[in-house]
Amino acid sequence: MTFEPTIVGFLCNWCSYTGADLAGTSRVKYAANVRSIRVMCSGRVEPTFVIKALYEGADGVLIAGCHPGDCHYQEGNYKALRRYRLLRRVLPEYGIEPERVRLEWVAASEGERFAKVVDDFTDQIRRLGPLDIKESIAQSLIDDVVNHEEEATKDIGDVNEA
Amino acid sequence: MSERIGVYVCHCGTNIAGKVNIDEVVRFAEGLAGVELVRDYKFMCSDPGQAMIQKDIEGDLIDRVVVASCSPLMHENTFRKVCERCGVNPYLFTMANIREQCSWVHVDMGDSTAKAKALIAAAVSRTKFLEPLPKREVSINPRTLVIGGGIAGIQAALDLAEAGKEVVLVEREPSIGGHMAKFDKTFPTLDCSACILTPRMVQVGQHPNIKLMTYAELDEVNGYVGNFTVRVRNKARYVDPELCNGCGMCWEKCPGTRVPRKGNVHEKLSLGPTTSIYMPFMQAVPAVPVIDSGTCLYFQKGKCRVCESVCERTAIKYDMEDTFEEFEVGNIIIATGFRTFDPRVIKRYGYGALPNVMTSLDFEIMNCAAGSTSGAILMADGSEPKSIGIVHCVGSRDKHYNEHCSRVCCMYALKYAHLIKEKTNAEVFDFYIDMRCFGKGYEEFYDRLLGEDVRFVRGKVAEVSNVPVNVVEEGKLVISVEDTLVGVVRRVPVDMVVLCTGLESSVGLAEVATMCNVSVGKDGFIIEKHPKLGPVSTATDGVFIAGACQSPKDIPDTVAQASAASSAVLSMITRGMIEIESATAEINEKKCSGCRICNNLCPYLAITFDREKGVSVINEALCKGCGTCVAACPSNAIKAKHFANEQIFAEIEGLLSV
Repeated sequence: MTFEPTIVGFLCNWCSYTGADLAGTSRVKYAANVRSIRVMCSGRVEPTFVIKALYEGADGVLIAGCHPGDCHYQEGNYKALRRYRLLRRVLPEYGIEPERVRLEWVAASEGERFAKVVDDFTDQIRRLGPLDIKESIAQSLIDDVVNHEEEATKDIGDVNEA
Repeated sequence: MSERIGVYVCHCGTNIAGKVNIDEVVRFAEGLAGVELVRDYKFMCSDPGQAMIQKDIEGDLIDRVVVASCSPLMHENTFRKVCERCGVNPYLFTMANIREQCSWVHVDMGDSTAKAKALIAAAVSRTKFLEPLPKREVSINPRTLVIGGGIAGIQAALDLAEAGKEVVLVEREPSIGGHMAKFDKTFPTLDCSACILTPRMVQVGQHPNIKLMTYAELDEVNGYVGNFTVRVRNKARYVDPELCNGCGMCWEKCPGTRVPRKGNVHEKLSLGPTTSIYMPFMQAVPAVPVIDSGTCLYFQKGKCRVCESVCERTAIKYDMEDTFEEFEVGNIIIATGFRTFDPRVIKRYGYGALPNVMTSLDFEIMNCAAGSTSGAILMADGSEPKSIGIVHCVGSRDKHYNEHCSRVCCMYALKYAHLIKEKTNAEVFDFYIDMRCFGKGYEEFYDRLLGEDVRFVRGKVAEVSNVPVNVVEEGKLVISVEDTLVGVVRRVPVDMVVLCTGLESSVGLAEVATMCNVSVGKDGFIIEKHPKLGPVSTATDGVFIAGACQSPKDIPDTVAQASAASSAVLSMITRGMIEIESATAEINEKKCSGCRICNNLCPYLAITFDREKGVSVINEALCKGCGTCVAACPSNAIKAKHFANEQIFAEIEGLLSV
């Protein structure tokens, strides 16, 4: 049986959630792998939400917000973008492929686009395979210690010295 | 946790039941922790459906509610009201969207059912952690701002003013009237545009409830529904409206040239005086001229000052400066109208390069009885044309420019054909793709034109050229087109070409939209709340739209929409109060470390710093509940009500439990 990923989506109320609804009203068909949570703004999405989702069994996380300049709360989506970029750089530290987390801009009128984003992302996660997060984290810790043992166990002296 | 959650699964006819196994979902929900009972029904939003929930609450069986049905954007309010009626706080309710984002979009019933279960598990999980929230109400200022003084703005302003409410109408041109003031006749009745518009314009100018600000632009909007603070820039006219009596001596004597006085007929087209001090047209409201400093001899070269010397009322004030005015309103109606597509970019149509190629707006102005040709249809050299070609869909229905249909062009093309036949002996060729005559009396008008000896050719014009290939074409503009009904390619020589340029949103609409916190779509028009059920509302409470700024439309539809918008505003004003979002953010003083990272994140400036206590504080009246500060707090000291971390974590756990 081929692997079917489970993806958690965080959709902002004003643009992407509305856009996803529009896909529904227009009866556009797309993959059933994304399960969404509605937040008021993509700026509400914390990195902890993403980690929590991956930890609880998600193979991928999609964050969708309004296009830059169109955020219902002015700038929340820019904050989401900043956090997302930083998060993507941190994920490999835990052995998690950064491609498992994606940020997309979906407007309220973009039902078709939402469907396409879901299909694309689902496909990408399918190709990446399932995420065994506990295994990934454990492996990254081992990697730190075993493969960089010298670095990891170097005597750095008295931390209180100038 | 002693919450008793009632789960209600809706069939929505076959909309959900057709793709989600309701029985399976019900049995699944019964097994979820915290769920007291599960019911299903054909239409939960109906009276009997709502009564079901009511009965369970009043029978003290449940104290929290989950409804698995359509999108919360559809019915969250409906079910929140049910809860409220029965004494359950409306914020102890969650909806699981198993329709728009489940049954309607997935193909396999197994997939839809599994996803529905996950969504319901998430909703139930979240509901356990919900907290009751108090209702928040704000009052509505009965004054309204209308942006744009075309027929849409005029209609909306008059509706409100006649209802006894104050209106401020802001128009950036020196006069109200918009595009309608530039038309000669309107389709399909061919009544005179100015005749039906000017009485309304005068009414606006004289109405005690309307404050008319012309030659003024929106500068800033702050606040929220019922309580907006607006700043408008009054541009300097250099003529004092309090003193001016509209006598016209100034433009009679003005030597400055705003519109070329030499050159061909088409370059000189104008409705009002062509001088530097001018009124845009003779029936302007207010009847106060304005100086075009770009061509005025005094502003450019320090000479002249003739207008000042002939003005008996000493109304000319060269030292006037732009001023700003601030005022408060409760609601805003955006009625900024449209601009016509500039066909210069379509080089093969020759506009701007070849003489006698005009846009529809040029042609309208030429036809105006009050215009520079007194309504005569003339070629650039002043002679009468013997043949005219009218080209449809210029810049519309075109993937390279605008995909949308501009709705009015087929009708105004027919109008032009009629006017040409009425005023000249010219042959008329009409090149169309479709004939869109959708309105009342429109098809009949088309039928009338069919009998007026107009040559209709079905084909999108490929090119307008002045290069002849034979003697007949010399000195003519040649239209190349495929006559699709007959199946031949034609070259049609004509004297003049009128391009039916499409409608786009006004210049500067994007800025106005940003100021009013509404969105603009890919096509450049403002996005309405709902394309069918909410054409005049927007996602921002208190901001409404009317007319062509929403999408291209004719005058009857514009007037209807303007009245719809004013009706929506009157409904707010009559209610006097409106409920606003209770789900705001709150800082826990004890957890706040005073790092102030949140202070600069709030776009509404709702967060300040209490120096005494050393903590940040959120002003609840300004907070809109976006959650940006919540996500940023390194101490987890800010709680987003109704979207708190524990609620979202619970939702995530529920989503992934299936």
